[in-house]
Amino acid sequence: MGVFKFHQYQVVGRALPTENDDHPKIYRMKLWATNEVRAKSKFWYFLRKLKRVKKSNGQILAINEIFEKNPSTIKNYGIWLRYQSRTGYHNMYKECRDTTLNGGVEQMYTEMASRHRVRSPCIQIIKTATVAAKECKRESIKQFHNTKIKFPLVFKKVRPPSRKLKTTYKASWPNLFM
Amino acid sequence: MPFKRYVEIGRVALVNYGKDYGRLVVIVDVLDQNRALVDAPDMVRSQMNFKRLSLTDIKIEIPRAPKKKILIEAMEKADVKNKWEKSSWGRKLIVQKRRAALNDFDRFKLMLAKIKRGGLVRQELAKLKKENAS
Repeated sequence: MGVFKFHQYQVVGRALPTENDDHPKIYRMKLWATNEVRAKSKFWYFLRKLKRVKKSNGQILAINEIFEKNPSTIKNYGIWLRYQSRTGYHNMYKECRDTTLNGGVEQMYTEMASRHRVRSPCIQIIKTATVAAKECKRESIKQFHNTKIKFPLVFKKVRPPSRKLKTTYKASWPNLFM
Repeated sequence: MPFKRYVEIGRVALVNYGKDYGRLVVIVDVLDQNRALVDAPDMVRSQMNFKRLSLTDIKIEIPRAPKKKILIEAMEKADVKNKWEKSSWGRKLIVQKRRAALNDFDRFKLMLAKIKRGGLVRQELAKLKKENAS
């Protein structure tokens, strides 16, 4: 895949040094945002809720994008999140299977939008983890933990080999059965 | 059994869309109901949607998500390339490729050859007809 809407950033920041405290505590946060500017904004949003540091009396020391170390193996990701629904705040745990954590987070955002009608600004990711196969909780994920997995593709549409050759109107009805 | 080709580990599939178009890949792991991890000797292992894959009849014996070396060995042992090129689907693709590579003069020569063959067939047919009639 490779093209993700949300990227993972690591933001490092601290309060401005003062006379009483020339080495204020440094905080690091890993978060998902569409770009660096938004990542920094999100960092300050969370930091001022968690600690007594605000953007007006703080500074950002570093911001880096984090890339997947091994994008050619499949992992099970567990994502803990908090979201604002129409009635209140809820916590949730979700699992997904993907090759990259960014892909997993993207899956989570689309799933929250479809199942709960929650858009991305209302979602806060608390924590993510790669979960070992035997510790997975959700049946929808566990069904793929099978070395001898076997299923047919029941719906097969023959597509043109490139976008250019795509047509809206077809001369004949497609045969969808394999 | 209505289905003959299944998504399973070791199934060889043909990519029918995107930048890997026309490449023969092996399913090495299944991500979910829509995507699989596919690999071939000359590509980086990556995920691919089943919409982009056409399953073939060929299946090789590999463990789940094997090392590249094991995969290549298994592919050679199962003779995937030859099996594919001998299958009617693979042959058709080769012919298609050959025809696409012809230039105008080649096509003209092909036309002449076809006329010649048609003539010979007709001659033989006429001979046989004559024999049968008498």
